[in-house]
Amino acid sequence: MTTNGKYKWVGTRPIRHDGVDKVIGKANYGADLSFPDMLWGKLLRSPHAHANIKRIDVSKALKIDGVKAVLTAKDLPDLASQAAEGGEGHGGDFRDISLNCMARDKVVYHGHAVAAVAATSQDIADLALAAIEVEYEVLKPVLSIDAALAKDAPILHPGLRTKGVKPDSVPTNVASRVQFGKGDIAKGFSEAEYVIERTYRTQTVHQGYIEPHAVVARTNADGQSIVWCCTQGAFMVRSYCAAVLGLDVGQLKVIPSEIGGGFGGKTTVYTEPIAIALSRKTGRPVKMVMSREDVFRATGPAGAATVEIKLGAKKDGTLVAAQSRMWFEAGGFPGSPVGAGAMTVFAAYDIPHSAIEGFDVVTTKPKTAAYRAPGAPQAAFGMEQALDELAAELRIDPIDLRIKNAAKEGVQAPYGAKFSRVGFVDTLEAAKKHPHYRAPLGPNQGRGIASGFWFNVGMQSSAEVHLAEDGAATVITGNPDIGGSRASMAICAAEELGIDVAKVRPIVGDTDTAGYCDLTGGSRVTYATGMAVIEASRDVIRQLRERAAKMWGCDVALVEFSEGRCQPVKGSGVENDPLTVAQIAAAAGKTGGPINGRAQVNPPAAGPGFATHLCDVQVDPDTGRVDVIRYTTIQDAGKAVHPSYVEGQMQGGASQGIGWALNEEYVFDKHGVMENAGFLDYRMPVASDLPMIDTVVLEIANPLHPYGVRGVGEVPIVPPLATVANAVKNATGVRMTDLPISPPKLLAALQARS
Amino acid sequence: MAVVIVPNACRGLTGSERVTQAAVNVAGLLRALDARYPGFAEALGPRFAVSIDGVIHGNADYERIEDDAEVAFLPPIAGG
Repeated sequence: MTTNGKYKWVGTRPIRHDGVDKVIGKANYGADLSFPDMLWGKLLRSPHAHANIKRIDVSKALKIDGVKAVLTAKDLPDLASQAAEGGEGHGGDFRDISLNCMARDKVVYHGHAVAAVAATSQDIADLALAAIEVEYEVLKPVLSIDAALAKDAPILHPGLRTKGVKPDSVPTNVASRVQFGKGDIAKGFSEAEYVIERTYRTQTVHQGYIEPHAVVARTNADGQSIVWCCTQGAFMVRSYCAAVLGLDVGQLKVIPSEIGGGFGGKTTVYTEPIAIALSRKTGRPVKMVMSREDVFRATGPAGAATVEIKLGAKKDGTLVAAQSRMWFEAGGFPGSPVGAGAMTVFAAYDIPHSAIEGFDVVTTKPKTAAYRAPGAPQAAFGMEQALDELAAELRIDPIDLRIKNAAKEGVQAPYGAKFSRVGFVDTLEAAKKHPHYRAPLGPNQGRGIASGFWFNVGMQSSAEVHLAEDGAATVITGNPDIGGSRASMAICAAEELGIDVAKVRPIVGDTDTAGYCDLTGGSRVTYATGMAVIEASRDVIRQLRERAAKMWGCDVALVEFSEGRCQPVKGSGVENDPLTVAQIAAAAGKTGGPINGRAQVNPPAAGPGFATHLCDVQVDPDTGRVDVIRYTTIQDAGKAVHPSYVEGQMQGGASQGIGWALNEEYVFDKHGVMENAGFLDYRMPVASDLPMIDTVVLEIANPLHPYGVRGVGEVPIVPPLATVANAVKNATGVRMTDLPISPPKLLAALQARS
Repeated sequence: MAVVIVPNACRGLTGSERVTQAAVNVAGLLRALDARYPGFAEALGPRFAVSIDGVIHGNADYERIEDDAEVAFLPPIAGG
C-alpha cells in the first residue's frame, strides 16, 4: 500500500498470469493428462430411473482380452451414514455420496452408475460394459415434487424419515423440514391492508460448465494414489475419496488441473473414487472422462422448486408480514439447498413478521449439487415477482418499494442474524439513477427490475509466499482458480510487498504441497484465501524488517516497511539508505536463509452481498420468443481487487440466470429418461443471444477484510430469473410464474389471455 | 448475559423467540441451553453456524461470547 493510503495494485486490471496459456490452448485441463501404461475406466449406467438391482454378473466382461478390472459397489466399503464436511454443505452424507458414485442395491435416476471397468482401450471398455449383465426390478419413477409428495408415491429410500418433523416414523420422500421466521405472522397479516399470495415454479437446470468431469488416478508402489482431476476443491476430493474408499487421507494426493468452470457443480465427487479404486485394483493409471451426456444425466444440477409467497403490506407499501413455503428437489439423495432458499427468501427486506417453511424432497433425478448461490435464485424468483406485482397494485415505483422495505444495518434477518453495514439500498439507488432505468421502450418491449441477496462465506484457507533471490514472489494456495483468483492473489501479495504484480507468480498447489484450503466456492476465495495471502505477505515483511535490521546492525523496531522498501524509522538515528525487497532477498543467504511467509485463516463469513438488476426484453407476440435487448447489473463488491473479474462474475451470473429464466430445463420422458442431454437440445444462452451486459460495481467496504472485500461470484445469479419475468410481464401483461419462459409456454399464455 | 435468538426448531423447548444466557463461548452456551431446555442440542442438530453480533462463524465452538452479545444459531452456510 502506498503511504497516502491509496492502493497501488488493488483495483487495477493486470493481465491474468494464467491467461496466455489458456488463450493459446496450452493450459492443462482434466482430460489432458495421459500415461503410457494407462487404462481407460468407464461406467455402466442404469437404463432405468428407479429400480432395485437384483443381480450383477460381470463374469463375461472379465473374460474379454484387455479388460483388467471390473468394479461394483461390492468392491467399495458399505458405509454407515456420516455427515460429509468440507464440501458444499447442504446436508451431504458420505453414505449417499458413495451410493451416488456407485449404486449398491438400488438405482434412483437414469444414468446412475452400477458398475465400472478398466481396460486397455476405450473400445474394449465399451465391449466390457456391454457384457455386464444386470437384472433390475423396475419401479415407478418419481419425477416431480407433486409426485414425490403424493400419498401413494413410490418411496425412494425406505429408511428415510423427515428430519425436523415429529413423529418421524413414516417412510417418506421428504428428507427434512426447515423453519425460520420472526414476530407473529398472524398479527402481521391482520395489520395488512393488501395481501398477495402466489405460487412460483422453477425447473431443474444445469450449471453448464464447459469442461466435463475428468480424472486420472495412479497408485504408487508405496500405496499412495495420486489423483489428477478438475475440481473446485482438491482437499475436498481427498477427504471425500478417502471416506468413500475407506483409506487414510495420507494415502491420497490430489493435484487439481485447470478447471473449465464449476459454478458449484464440482464441489463433490463422481468418478474420482472409482478411478482410484480401479487404479488400486490394477496397479496401473486409470483415466475416466465424462461425456456431455454423462454430465447431464449423472452429475448434480440445481433442482426444481415450488415456492409459495404470501406478502402483507400497508397501502403505502410498507411490508408487515411475509410467509413462504417452499419445496426443493434434491434428486436421488437428500440434500437440496432448501435451507439457503428459506434463509434468503425474505432476507433482503425489513419485515417485522415472517414465517418460512422449507422441505427437502427426493425424486428419481440426478442428485442435485450446488449452483451459484444455491437455493437463492429459486426463492428470489418468487419473492421478487410478488414484490413487482405488489408495486403495480399499489402504484408505487418498484425500486421505491424495495428502498422503502430494504434491510439496513441493524435489521434482523428471518434466520436470526443482524446485518452490519450492507449495500442493498446503494444498489437500488444506483439502479434508479442509471440511464437504463429511464430509457424509452419500444413496442412489445418491457423492463424488469429485481434484487438478490447472498451470504458469502469465509471458511479455512492457507497461503505461502516465497521470495526468490531477485525479489520476485511465489504465492502458493490450495484453491483451484475458477474465476481469476490467481490474479487476485497476486494483486494482494504485490500490494503488500510493494513489488510489481508481474513479479508475483501465483500457484495453485496440490494437497501435499499447499496448506489446507476449503474448496473454491461460496464466493470465498478472494475474501478468505486473499486474507491468508495478505497475512503471509505481512509475515514476509516482518522477516524483511528483521533482515534489514541485521544488515544495519540496529534493533528491528527502528526499521519500517513501506512501498516495497525497508527504511529507518524517522528520528531513529539509523542513517542507512533504504533497502528494496530485491536487495534484501539477494542477501538472504547471509542474513538467515530463505525468506518465506505463511498464514492460515478461518475468517467469519464475508457478509451479505446484494445486487439489483435491470432488464429490457422484446417479445415476439406471434412466436412467444423473448430477446433480452438490454441488461444492467449493479452490485456491492465491497472492494473490487481485479475489477475485470468482478465484472466478469456479474456478467456470467446474469447470463446463466437469463438462461435459467428463458430456456433451460431438464426434459424427462414418462420413464424418467432425460430427453435433452446435450447442448443442442438443452439451450443455454451463448454470446450471440445476449447484449453486452453492463456492470456497475459499488464498493461499500466490508469491515471484516483489510481491503473491504466481499464475495462477488454468486449473488449475480440471484436476481435474473425474476428480473426477466418482470420484464416479460411489463412487455406483455402476462405474469409468468413457471419457468422457463420458453416460446411455446409464453405463446400459450399470450393466446390464453387473448 | 448474551441474548440468544432461538432457532425455530428449538422454540417449542424455550417457548420464546429470545432467551438470555451467560456463557464464555459457543460450546458453553449450547451446553447451558441444553441443560436448561433438554433436547435443545438435539433439535439444533450437529451441523450449524453461529451469528455473533451479526458476524457469521462456520466453526464456532470456541468463539468467545461477550456479556451483551446477540447470538443466533443458523444452518451451515456454504455456496457454489
